[in-house]
Amino acid sequence: MKIGTAGSKESNDCFVTVRESDKTDIIIDSVVAAFFYDQIKTTVEETLKEMKIENVIVTIEDKGALDYTIKSRLISAIKRMK
Amino acid sequence: MINGVNRFVPDGMPAFVSSDAFKNKKRKLIAKKQKQSKTVFLNTIDSTFDLFDIHDGQCLSFHHHLRNGDEVIQKVCEVIANRNIKDLHFAPSSIFPSYTNMVDLIMNQNITRIHTNYLNGKVSKVISEGYLKNPLIMNTHGGRARSIESGELKIDVAFLACPVVDKNGNGTGSFGPTACGTLGYAISDLKYATKVVLVTDTIVDNLDEFQFDGAYVDAVVVVDSIGNSEGIVSGTTRLTRDPIGLKIAKDCANAINALGLIHEKFSMQTGAGKISLAVVKYIRDIMLETKITGDFGSGGITSSYVEMLNEGLFKELYDVQCFDLEAVKSYHDNLNHRAMSASEYGNPYENNPICDNLTFVILGATEVDLDFNVNVTTDSLGNIIGGSGGHADIAHGAEVTIIISPLFKSRIPIIKEKVTTVTTPGSDVDLLVTERGIAVNPNRIDLKERLKNSGLPIFEIRELYDIAHQITGVPRKIELSDEIIGYVEYRDGTIIDCLYKVKS
Repeated sequence: MKIGTAGSKESNDCFVTVRESDKTDIIIDSVVAAFFYDQIKTTVEETLKEMKIENVIVTIEDKGALDYTIKSRLISAIKRMK
Repeated sequence: MINGVNRFVPDGMPAFVSSDAFKNKKRKLIAKKQKQSKTVFLNTIDSTFDLFDIHDGQCLSFHHHLRNGDEVIQKVCEVIANRNIKDLHFAPSSIFPSYTNMVDLIMNQNITRIHTNYLNGKVSKVISEGYLKNPLIMNTHGGRARSIESGELKIDVAFLACPVVDKNGNGTGSFGPTACGTLGYAISDLKYATKVVLVTDTIVDNLDEFQFDGAYVDAVVVVDSIGNSEGIVSGTTRLTRDPIGLKIAKDCANAINALGLIHEKFSMQTGAGKISLAVVKYIRDIMLETKITGDFGSGGITSSYVEMLNEGLFKELYDVQCFDLEAVKSYHDNLNHRAMSASEYGNPYENNPICDNLTFVILGATEVDLDFNVNVTTDSLGNIIGGSGGHADIAHGAEVTIIISPLFKSRIPIIKEKVTTVTTPGSDVDLLVTERGIAVNPNRIDLKERLKNSGLPIFEIRELYDIAHQITGVPRKIELSDEIIGYVEYRDGTIIDCLYKVKS
């Protein structure tokens, strides 16, 4: 199974893990989930779409990262997986 | 009904009107305690419960000068648990994470009422979740003194940790193995509690200088240790290295300078946060460069103020509580490093309290809203995470009140349409300094005018609110429950906001 990771668990950052799978799933564990869960999910979905990636399990361990951080960590993790 | 900051207050409770409404009422003072007999010396806390017949329903008070290193409140809690005394009213001036024994006592209804000024850790968690039987009352440091001297908060027995006690029952915090410096928060308890017990680990023959007068002390208990000195020092003693924090600090110091607040008679107070410490450093730089010396610094004194006193930049320091060991040492060594009681510090009815003489104060915030109301009591989900302490007292007293904060912390914008909980009313808040700009309260046209040509980035608070949302996105609105678990009391004893139960 291919796997890729990027990021850190420092405040304002996130740690992203991407795994190959037979379906797409997004798991979000965020310190700001109460406020930004939907927005984090949308960012991940849109990034996957832009990169034309399917059938991966994305895990985001988020410490309050901004959208551009989440997006760039996700892109790095995907590229490392390939 | 709706109070003066547009918050709901249940009928029958005294609603907050305005921050100077206290002037319409007269100071109320109960008689100071009259000691019946000689001070008794005991070896166990347990024996004081028999001596003073401590029983169900009574009010016990404590101070928090030993902060996270305090062992006295833990030991008293053990005695209560062993004796299974019920329905006690606890009135510690603050509650720290190390006060873990209180948690079980709350769950078992040994403690059913609490008055305090600040709390965090497990105790705040169980109270937020609704486990305290009666509503929590959170007052300010000055408000607590007012509440005690007026008889509103009636203390049956005060257990006061005291680093050194002499054979006459006089006490000091300025030296000894658990030296913590001044004991300002405990002075009202000392003077007005029905019975006063000093708990110490060090007895000397005779103290020449003392802050606790033995004339008020009924009993002294000598234990092995009253605390762990590691926990006494408050966490932050170094200034920030974070570029955002430094930018805020620099702009804050420059704004203060541009407002003309640094002059021969000025006085200041800041918190002990990392950014506040950086502001103090920049102000010191300005003072050295312009050769201006000020009148006094007050606080929560830290080593940066001690240094400025020693350099002659301030004539005096007024200290209610030493924040680090340099401050403890300076309080011991330097006569110009003076102790003040919580009442002398912030009681609205005190004759000329220190807070009213402050030129400017620099304070933190968990949230600020478009009306400049400040929350330092709960987080944005409604969990209790702190409390006023002296926040509302000095915000009211100072000529200029400045809030410093990053525009967002871990993605959560600090400017809200409405703060989750009002701790300090917006009418007492003048400036908000963030890394992306400074907002001036529209009521302070004078300050806005003085900053006009300063070159500093001045915005409307709503503009800063929009800038934050452009960066973070708009956070989802959180609905609080409608179950009240406590009240935030303004310094005059009126209710400025309610605290609501959160989900476990």
